[in-house]
Amino acid sequence: MEDVAKTVDATGQTCPMPVLMTAKAAKELQPGQVMLIKATDNGARSDIPAWVSQTGNELLESGEADGVMTFYVRKK
Amino acid sequence: MSDATSEKNSEWMTIISFSGDLDKLWPTTILASTAAANGMDVTVFSTFWGLFPLVRDGEKIGHDQMTKMMGGMNPPGFSKAKLSKMNMGGMGASMMRKVAEKNNLMPPEELFEMSMDMGVNMWPCQMTMDLLGIRADQMRSGLGQPVGAATALARMAKSEISLFI
Repeated sequence: MEDVAKTVDATGQTCPMPVLMTAKAAKELQPGQVMLIKATDNGARSDIPAWVSQTGNELLESGEADGVMTFYVRKK
Repeated sequence: MSDATSEKNSEWMTIISFSGDLDKLWPTTILASTAAANGMDVTVFSTFWGLFPLVRDGEKIGHDQMTKMMGGMNPPGFSKAKLSKMNMGGMGASMMRKVAEKNNLMPPEELFEMSMDMGVNMWPCQMTMDLLGIRADQMRSGLGQPVGAATALARMAKSEISLFI
């Protein structure tokens, strides 16, 4: 995986916080940079990919381990 | 029908916040903040009971005996918002807030502030203010100028998503 410029730790947060935190972090990234989002809210499983497609960013990889979801997103 | 005046902006969302109930302030503020996070241009037009949460806690509203009495029976402010069901004199609302806190769901007043920070336009209804005796200086800071139904409708006419909550 490429260098992660920023990590968003939204574990323990519920809807809509994981998306709001992700959007805030995206504003602080340069185009092309990658951020890692960690979440435990069940809604985030579909919400983070939905946010990515709505905002025209790119979901590079997603996974889940020990109850924590991870999303690698590249800012466009 | 595809003349210029009927064209909708897919990036616009307008919410008419009418109810003021605690359980409806959540979807209003969650959808407004999330739409802003999605890059949409969001406006919330707060009218009738929906205007009450925008008044600062503890403010006494009303411009005559009748409206002052109504303000006493239905005090303004986010902290006074009731549940639409099972309010039971405020006990239901208090329980709902505790359940939300336990599950890390932000209270609507915080989601409201976050929405404004994210650029959501908050438009108070001028007519409600005049009708019920609510002054601009009694409301939270950061709101837009009070507007009327025509302004809200003009905005809704161009919004791909318009909601009445």
